[in-house]
Amino acid sequence: MSEYAINCIGLNKRYGKTQALDNLSFSVKQGEIFGFIGPDGAGKTTLFRILTTLLLADSGTASVAGFDVVRDYKALRKILGYMPGKFSLYQDLTVEENLTFFAGIFKANIKENYYLIKDIYDQIAPFARRRAGKLSGGMKQKLALSCALIHKPVVLVLDEPTTGVDAVSRREFWEMLIRLKKEGITIIVATPYMDEAILCDRVALIQHGKILVTGTPSFITGAYPWKLFRVRSNNTLNLISQLKKHPDIHSADMFGEYVHAGTEHGKLNTEAIHAFLEASGTVMTEVSEIPAGIEDCFIDLMRKENE
Amino acid sequence: MNNAETAIEAKDMVKRFGSFIANDHLTFSVYKGEIFGFLGANGAGKTTAIRILCGLSKPTSGEIRVAGFNVFTETEKIKKHIGYMSQRFSLYEDLTVFENFRFYGGIYGMSRSAIREKTSEMLGKLGITELRNTIIASLPLGIRQKLAFSVAIMHTPEIVFLDEPTGGVDPITRRQFWTMIYEAAASGITVFVTTHYMDEAEYCNRVSIMVDGRIEALDTPAKLKARYEAASMNDVFIKLARNTIEK
Repeated sequence: MSEYAINCIGLNKRYGKTQALDNLSFSVKQGEIFGFIGPDGAGKTTLFRILTTLLLADSGTASVAGFDVVRDYKALRKILGYMPGKFSLYQDLTVEENLTFFAGIFKANIKENYYLIKDIYDQIAPFARRRAGKLSGGMKQKLALSCALIHKPVVLVLDEPTTGVDAVSRREFWEMLIRLKKEGITIIVATPYMDEAILCDRVALIQHGKILVTGTPSFITGAYPWKLFRVRSNNTLNLISQLKKHPDIHSADMFGEYVHAGTEHGKLNTEAIHAFLEASGTVMTEVSEIPAGIEDCFIDLMRKENE
Repeated sequence: MNNAETAIEAKDMVKRFGSFIANDHLTFSVYKGEIFGFLGANGAGKTTAIRILCGLSKPTSGEIRVAGFNVFTETEKIKKHIGYMSQRFSLYEDLTVFENFRFYGGIYGMSRSAIREKTSEMLGKLGITELRNTIIASLPLGIRQKLAFSVAIMHTPEIVFLDEPTGGVDPITRRQFWTMIYEAAASGITVFVTTHYMDEAEYCNRVSIMVDGRIEALDTPAKLKARYEAASMNDVFIKLARNTIEK
């Protein structure tokens, strides 16, 4: 087997007029957590369905764990764990029955592999006799992950496992993924949450079926082309319109209680921004220089792509 | 109590399903023209509360007024005075942009001419007048979300309920969407919004955080951060929700 757990070259997929995947190429190393970060409609689910042999690409090649997704689909399915975006367990079966079913079709021994899912499954074990359809969202997510793991897959494919999940459960879910990585499982995960990027070893930012950039989170944020400041004021919308009037300020975007302003390098410092805003009558409480985050990068790359 | 200044007034709102208490004596007010963030963990009871406030479900007990109307006896009046939008249900995909406006405007009892006028005004504001006769299904998600919000406020409701309106939306559209929310609030529409994006909690005038059917905290983002000694609303949320789970 090569050092790559996943290797894709020139994947294309079109639905009518929509180019869902546009010449997509990337590779994922063994044992990595690789994140696909992008909004709904970016092509994440289409890509994951191709990787899990559920959909054929129009052109291009993809291999997972050394198996070609078309030629070797039977062998590949045995070693994949897949958690689709929509809950797709059997609603009428109980928690326990679902797990037994998935172990059965993969000919896996629940006792032997239980250590892999113990941390997750222990939390839903008190509801083992409950029908899956009657579980809360967080518990469904834990059961789906348990079922995707019970045959000890080589590669785990997770399509938006944290969408619609609250901040606490999201954090717990990522703690589980990091434990699974230590077991040597390669994980590819899609998410619309930019803040989850830093939890991945490498990420691809994806939009309109194209990869905007691939790399470690620190590589991507390090390549941010502007000098970034954060500014706070009692009137965010007014602050944004004032900042945009300055010729050296390239962008001004809301980030929680702050506005992030991207500026030409070597043109502005905190004092200059402070003076400019003060002259315009804007009441501000803070101006400071900050490093860019993944969301800053995503916004910047999106704007370049749209231009 | 000054009803003129509040859009929502809830006192001891209780909703039971059998032995399970989904809303456990919720007491809060939402002021007119305010952006009110309604946060909570999954299963904390947010959806139950929103269904009651929209007149879709009757509470077990409590004194609750929405836009001045009683949730026990005046649900039809409530429905006429509110707007609603969620990520899951918003526009009819097989209808055109204008057909959606006409359908919702009709439900809200607007006249044909008022609907036409409002549609052109709102499409003009979004800069998409040329999409008037386009089928919704063929539009990008970002534009659909903005249209769904426009439709939800086309009858100038007193309150608009937004249930995770920005889920899965790209970061630029998310910000444009919040600019629209600010503008709606500035025009006097009260905004009641849920979200899992904690940076969006910072955009609200006040935020309530529900845990296990109760409101654990309600204040401005700045005061909540000070009280829980947290750098961000994300930290406030995690402290509150996680502590309670560990209890």
